[in-house]
Amino acid sequence: MQTFLSDPVTAITIWLQTLLFSWGIPAVWVQLIMIIIGSLIVCAGAMFFVLFLIWYERKVIGRVQDRFGPNRLGPFGIFQTIADMLKIFTKEHITPLGADKIPYNLAPVLIMGAVLMMWAVIPLSKTTVGADLDVGILYLVAIGGLGELGVIMAGWGSNNKYSMLAAFRALAVLISYEVPMVLTMLIPVMLSGSMSLNGIIAAQNVWYIAAAPLAAAIFFISQIAEVGRAPFDVTEAESELVAGYNTEYSGLKFGMFYVADFLHAFTAALVFAVLFLGGWRGPGAEQIPIVGFFYLFLKTMLVHFVGVLIRASVPRFRVDQMMALNWKFFTPVSVMLVILISLVDKAAALSQEIWRSLLIFAVNGVVFLVSFRLLDIFTTRKERPSVVTRQLPVAVGAPQRRNPESGVSS
Amino acid sequence: MSGMQIVFLVAAAITLVSAVLVVTLRRTMSSALLLVLTLLGVSVLFVLLQAQFFAVVQVLIYIGAVATLILFVVMLTRSVMDTSEPQVHKNWWLAALVSLVVFVALVVTLSSWQAFPQVQRAIPADSGENLAALGKALVDPNGFALPFEVASILLVATMIGAVYIASERKGEE
Repeated sequence: MQTFLSDPVTAITIWLQTLLFSWGIPAVWVQLIMIIIGSLIVCAGAMFFVLFLIWYERKVIGRVQDRFGPNRLGPFGIFQTIADMLKIFTKEHITPLGADKIPYNLAPVLIMGAVLMMWAVIPLSKTTVGADLDVGILYLVAIGGLGELGVIMAGWGSNNKYSMLAAFRALAVLISYEVPMVLTMLIPVMLSGSMSLNGIIAAQNVWYIAAAPLAAAIFFISQIAEVGRAPFDVTEAESELVAGYNTEYSGLKFGMFYVADFLHAFTAALVFAVLFLGGWRGPGAEQIPIVGFFYLFLKTMLVHFVGVLIRASVPRFRVDQMMALNWKFFTPVSVMLVILISLVDKAAALSQEIWRSLLIFAVNGVVFLVSFRLLDIFTTRKERPSVVTRQLPVAVGAPQRRNPESGVSS
Repeated sequence: MSGMQIVFLVAAAITLVSAVLVVTLRRTMSSALLLVLTLLGVSVLFVLLQAQFFAVVQVLIYIGAVATLILFVVMLTRSVMDTSEPQVHKNWWLAALVSLVVFVALVVTLSSWQAFPQVQRAIPADSGENLAALGKALVDPNGFALPFEVASILLVATMIGAVYIASERKGEE
């Protein structure tokens, strides 16, 4: 009973395993059944959790924009998403004429699957992890590549030039922001000396956001771009660009893009919490693994909340501004960070952990100050083309003319 | 037949069939998408060989980077939907000849290799030590440091060349 309360997942796993063995099922099949049950539970749990996430995000954004958000169905409108889900189940699937059927239908599955596959390697508590891969970080990046493939297939398969252009735009952003994202992911790997996510968590006696805040900030921002949310949501700028690579999708297929988007935002926060906020670590989490689960959830919700606040309050960048920000600022800064941190980390390898962290923090501070000073110098030196000096036609008043009756100019 | 063998047969069949389709389909885009499937099949084979690192890197580099770039380029080419182009190049017999020669050479070499039928043995489990050993071997002067550095210099040269070609030179119209 004690173990069940402190670590329910392991307890249930052991109970189920002994049950299956007692039925006389061979060990290979028991393993296979356990894997299938585990992945089903993770996928179903994540997708049901999206119901809550969508409601939560609409509510927060509503409050930020001085609205109520969903408030009709159930307490605080919490059942609104379920009604929306049921509605989307009943909608018709429309396939555009001339669509490339296989890529068109495979794209939503691939995008959804790419997000769900990330959950396979993320340690939810000390003992609960789908697969503790030695190359967990590389796996996360590789799975992101599959999501990009889904974007291409959606844009191509729809047989719509706006979808295809949107796919190009989205893909250019995704590929570009992968560069600083992977470079800043290298910093936890270097500091912990491990590519497995559990290894990185185990090495975080000092949270890496404290040791390397600049790297954490760059990672956080490039993840927002990877997810494709405001202020980086050039993929779905409905008002000025056609809504994106999913324009031609309807019904449940569109729903899958929608769910994947919300789940991806939460998963990105989860990865951030694991890499920079110490994952499930916290007082008591070593002894009672279930407590670690709550710590991880709290940290993730905190990161996700910041992401939602940014989404609700920051206006959208143009795509060229996003590219300039990435290639002229984030990429050089993260390359410098990786080089300097690796040098300092090697030099301070023998000293105590606290001194090592302080040194790395100092490196981060120096890079931050130097890069922003350089940015200031370049922005003041660069001549910006002025676009508002030309008098706009709407601002000109009506030409003066004489009133024929009174003879007084009006 | 064990489960691993079934998975191997399915993955190998998918890899081979899609590889053949890559070079025989008329639409360039379908070929490019099937290339992705081929590369995915190869990464499944790596997983079956307990080489997680290579499987993940296969997906990361060949699908995430190379295939994405190919798809990008294919989508930008003119008449990409056109299916009236001939399926075979006019020098197809030359390519077939070279492939045949390479295939025969491989079969002859492998059949004359005494140890080949006995190579089947338990695959060592992939562990963190393997990965660390690979990393050390790449930067070890007695290992593969020289080829590794040469490859790095080649890549840097390629990058500089690409930037040079793409950049707008001043004083030129």
